[in-house]
Order: sequence, then structure tokens, then C-alpha cells
Amino acid sequence: MSGRITARLFDRLVRLPPFLWLAAFFLLPFAITLKISLSEPATAIPPYLPVLDWRAGLDGWSTFLEALNFDNYLTLYADPLYRDAVLGSLTYAALASLILVALGTPLAYALARAPSRWQPLLVALVVVPFWTSFLIRVYAWIAILKPEGLLNLMLIRLGLIGEPLTILNTDAAVIIGLVYAYLPFMVLPLYAVMNRLDPTLRDAAADLGASPTRVFWTVTLPLSLPGIAAGAGLCFIPMIGEFVIPDLLGGSETLMLGRVLWTEFFSNRDWPLASAVAVLILAIVIGPVVLFRDSLRAGEGESP
Amino acid sequence: MSGLPAPRLRLEELTKRFGTHHAVEAVTLDLEPGEFFCLLGPSGCGKSTLLRMIAGFERPTAGRILLGEADLTALPPHRRPVNMMFQSYALFPHMSVAGNIGYGLKGLGRAAAANRVADLLRLVRLDGFGDRRPDTLSGGQRQRVALARALAREPQLLLLDEPLGALDRGLREETQGELRAVQRRLGTAFIVVTHDPEEAMMLADRIGVMEGGRLIQVGPPAELYRRPASRFVAGLLGDVNLIPGRLGAGGPGGAREVETAYGAVRGVAAGTLETGAAVVVAVRPEDLVLGTEGLPVVIADSVFLGDRLRRTLRLPDGTTLRASGRPTEAGQALGSASHAGFAAEAAVILPA
Repeated sequence: MSGRITARLFDRLVRLPPFLWLAAFFLLPFAITLKISLSEPATAIPPYLPVLDWRAGLDGWSTFLEALNFDNYLTLYADPLYRDAVLGSLTYAALASLILVALGTPLAYALARAPSRWQPLLVALVVVPFWTSFLIRVYAWIAILKPEGLLNLMLIRLGLIGEPLTILNTDAAVIIGLVYAYLPFMVLPLYAVMNRLDPTLRDAAADLGASPTRVFWTVTLPLSLPGIAAGAGLCFIPMIGEFVIPDLLGGSETLMLGRVLWTEFFSNRDWPLASAVAVLILAIVIGPVVLFRDSLRAGEGESP
Repeated sequence: MSGLPAPRLRLEELTKRFGTHHAVEAVTLDLEPGEFFCLLGPSGCGKSTLLRMIAGFERPTAGRILLGEADLTALPPHRRPVNMMFQSYALFPHMSVAGNIGYGLKGLGRAAAANRVADLLRLVRLDGFGDRRPDTLSGGQRQRVALARALAREPQLLLLDEPLGALDRGLREETQGELRAVQRRLGTAFIVVTHDPEEAMMLADRIGVMEGGRLIQVGPPAELYRRPASRFVAGLLGDVNLIPGRLGAGGPGGAREVETAYGAVRGVAAGTLETGAAVVVAVRPEDLVLGTEGLPVVIADSVFLGDRLRRTLRLPDGTTLRASGRPTEAGQALGSASHAGFAAEAAVILPA
């Protein structure tokens, strides 16, 4: 009897650390960010007001709470810069997600249809870029895309263009960077779903007179939709808050939320407004997470 | 179904090797139009590979597949006038029952396809199930959807891979009858792959027994049962007593004598066997009769099974034989001595 109680207690204890971890390193920082977003900037350390006076007891709390306000959020709403940044982030993320689906689907399909002894190696090749620092890989794209870069050099040598194309510091460069960086996150969940598809379904479709193209469009693709949704969700959500890629590859007019946040925080030293932008990003991202929750789960592991 | 005579299937020296493994070895077979043919054998004997070659999923290493005048050997599956019903049924989970059955009717036009689907639903007694999803159906219903889908394109030959394998016992017997009825009504040639000898005998006009990639004997069920060409076939199709001995000289009516350790018996030789060769005499339990003639035995056990009585008979050296007869014969006590005899035509002499 006591053995069962101990076992149950142990069971609970084992589940505790992840919750503690999330509370300490996600919930608490978020609460602090939320609090700062309700403050006002100040030339001080820390650079915002009010600061909670722990020694003043209850009075300190009430004056502190009274000083909080939603001015920063009103600024976000009123200033078109932030609305454009939200729209920009959503547009870049949506466009890149579409391209990722178009590129990732045939890639994942090729992986899933490759001879099974080659598959571990091919999947490893998809993952290999992660072994190099993300920042370095984005810098490498600068070397490729710049006017005297590898891409232009190659195109000129091939005689396809006379003058170097301006790609770096344009929207195209941001999209290229996003697609490159997030392709594995599209391919892997999609591959997982496609790899589990029953091959006899393809045989059955072919047996019923369907050409390989029709088999793909009527059987393979519809049954892979959970994987496509999972991959698109996994890419779309973090791309909204992406900072490094628009900052390094984008132009001055590339407006994305992550970049705006960085500017407010480091250039303008407006911590409260930057915090408000951070809360806004989170709010925007939670929507798709709730939407994609089921398909994300489908892409993760066990078949339905 | 059309007025034209159905073309017959012909397999010529069909061979499939995976590396050094000979999955199917030089199978030659002619199928009658409208015939119900069963490929019977244990798992790994090559019967499924043979079926997959006819459907086009496996490319033969050598040999040809002919349907009438047409050579199918190099055609991809979607260009063959042959359809297959899969062991797992392979129903498309994202389509309705009607969507599944109508999948192969793309070139038919919407109205004609809908009519055909309705006809097929009626044929497999699933009227009104057209809008259901496969995962809402029972195993037996799914099996019928798979059959209807495979028949939709009016194939000249239908291949069925263990069509009843996923059904439980009671449903299986009912479905065997249905499958036969559908086949007779349509007159389409069927090739069924099964590992269940009873099922093969119940369904087929002819059975082809496969062992180790080779088609070792082809014939109607009764012929295979009564005149097996080898110990393997004899044992596969039902219980059999195998009595070892040496082949003696020929006798009247093709019957020959075999000298066993317990006395001489007579039987019909399968194929040409040389006098003096080591052989076994194969006798079915129902052909063993207790009486005053035959091999000396002691009745070791007797079990009443309602429609028959199963006896275990012990030969002088302790070897046992199984005999099964009508319960009215129940007279002799356990342990009493008797003789087990059989008609020469009921015994087959096989190479040992």
C-alpha cells in the first residue's frame, strides 16, 4: 500500500522538473517583460520607471501598480511603423512558408521514396547544416548574394546576365535566407509523415490505372497534409520573430518585428516599448500555435 | 461481361530473383478464361511475388506474361487490364467508400461512373454505404469495398492476395461463398493467393501448389487431394499417413506392391518410380479401414467427434497411423488387435 503511494509520489516528482523549468525560465521572464512593457522609459539604471521599492512594503506596491499604464501598447497601435512591421513579418513569413512547402514537399517525398538503406544518410545530410553556427551560415549568404558574390559571378560567367544583380539587402535576400534557414524544419516532419504512408496505397492507386503523377496528387499529397501543416507551422511561427536574417540580408526598408524590437531595445534604449513589441510578437505567434496544435502533434510521432 | 471471349493468361518460364534468392523459378502456367485459380503454399514460397509480377509491381528477371495476344511483361501496373485486391485492402483512408470504388473510373464520365459505383455497391451488398469512410466499416465490409474497387474497371483478370486473411473464422466461410458467387456471376478469371489449403479447396477450380519458388503441382482440388505428386503436396492438403517401404513389381491396373516393415501393401505410383526405390505410401485417414486384412495394428486411442470417429492405431514397431471412420463402427475396445487395410486406388506411392 505504502509502496504504491511512494510510487505515485515519485511519479509526481518526476513530472515536476519540466514545470519548474518552464516557470523559472519562461513564465517568470515573461512576467518581467510584461511588467516592463507597462512602464515608462527613463534615463536611469534600469532604464525604466517605476521600479518596485521592496522596502516600502504595501505602500510601495500600490504606488508601483498605480504608475503602470498601457501607453506603450497605444503607441504600437497608433504608430504606423509597428503596424507595418506586423504586416511585414506576417507577409515575409507567409511567403517564405509557401516557398518552403513548394520546395520541401518534393524533397521530403524524394527522401521518403529513396532506398531505405540510404535514408538515414540522406536525413543526416538535411540536418548537417545545424553543425555550423547559424550566424556563420547567414554570413555565407552575404558572400553568395552580394553584387560581386558567388551567384552573380556564376551568372555572369554563364553569360545569363551582363550586370551583377542587386540581391543582397533586398526582400528577395530575406526570403532566400528564411527559406534556406528553415528548410530542415519543413522537410523533417513532412518526411516523417510521408515515410509512414502505406506503400500499398500507392500500389493500389497505380493498379487502378492512375499514372505516377495522379498517384502523387490524389493519394500521396492528401495523406501528407498533416505533415505539410506541421512543417509550415514549425517554420511560420518562429519566422515571425526572426531578427538575424532580416538584419543581415535585408535592406533598410525591410520591416520585421524582430528587427524593430532590436532597434527599440539597443538603439533607442526604450526597454518598455521593446517589451511591448515582444509581448505583441508572442500574442501573434500564439494564434497559429493554437491553430496548428493538432497537426503539429500529428507530425511529431505516433500515427493517428 | 462484354461479348468478346475473355483472353487467357499465360505465364512463360516466369522467374524472379532477388540477388541470389530465387523467389520465383521458371513458372509456366495457362489459365482458362473465367477460371477460379488458387496459388497455394506456405509463406515465402513465392506465391505473392508471382502475383505481384502479374500485377506489374515486380519486374520479372526472366520469362513472359501474356494476356491473350498482349505481352504485359514490360507494362507498368497502371497500363495493365488486370486488377488486384490487396491483403490489407489498401483502401484510401481519405476517400469515401464511393470515392474508393470510383477511383479507377476516371475516364468514364461523372454520371456513368456514379452508376457503375452504385451497381458495384449493390453487387457487394453495400447499398447506402457510399458516403461512409473506410475506417467506419467493419472488417467484412472493408473487404467487400476492396473487392468492388478491384472489379470496378472490369478487369480481364482479378488477382486476390489472401483475400480472406484478415477476417475471423465465421465471416471467412460466409465470404468464401460470396466470393465464388461473384466470380461465377461475372465470369472474370480470378487468381487467389492463400496459405490455407481448406480455403483453396473450397474456392478454386484448380489449385497450383508452390514450394520454394516453383509451381510443383497444378490440378483440381480432388486430384491434388487424391493424387498428390509429392509428400509435400500430400501433407499440405490434409492429414495423411505416410508408410515407408520399398517399391515392388508392377501389378494389374497400374497398382504396384510396396514392401513395408509390417507387410506388403498396394498402391498407385505417382509418376515413374524404379523398382526397389525407397518410397512412402500415402493413405488418407478416411481410407484406412479396420478389418481382417492389412497391416497388423493395435487400437491405441479412439475419439468420438460427432460426425466421425478418429482412431489412433499402433503398428508393431510403435509407429502410429490415424484412421477416421463413421461412428457406427465403434465396436472394438481400446488395446484390441486388428488389421488396417485400404484399397489400392486410395493409396499413392510417392518418392521418399
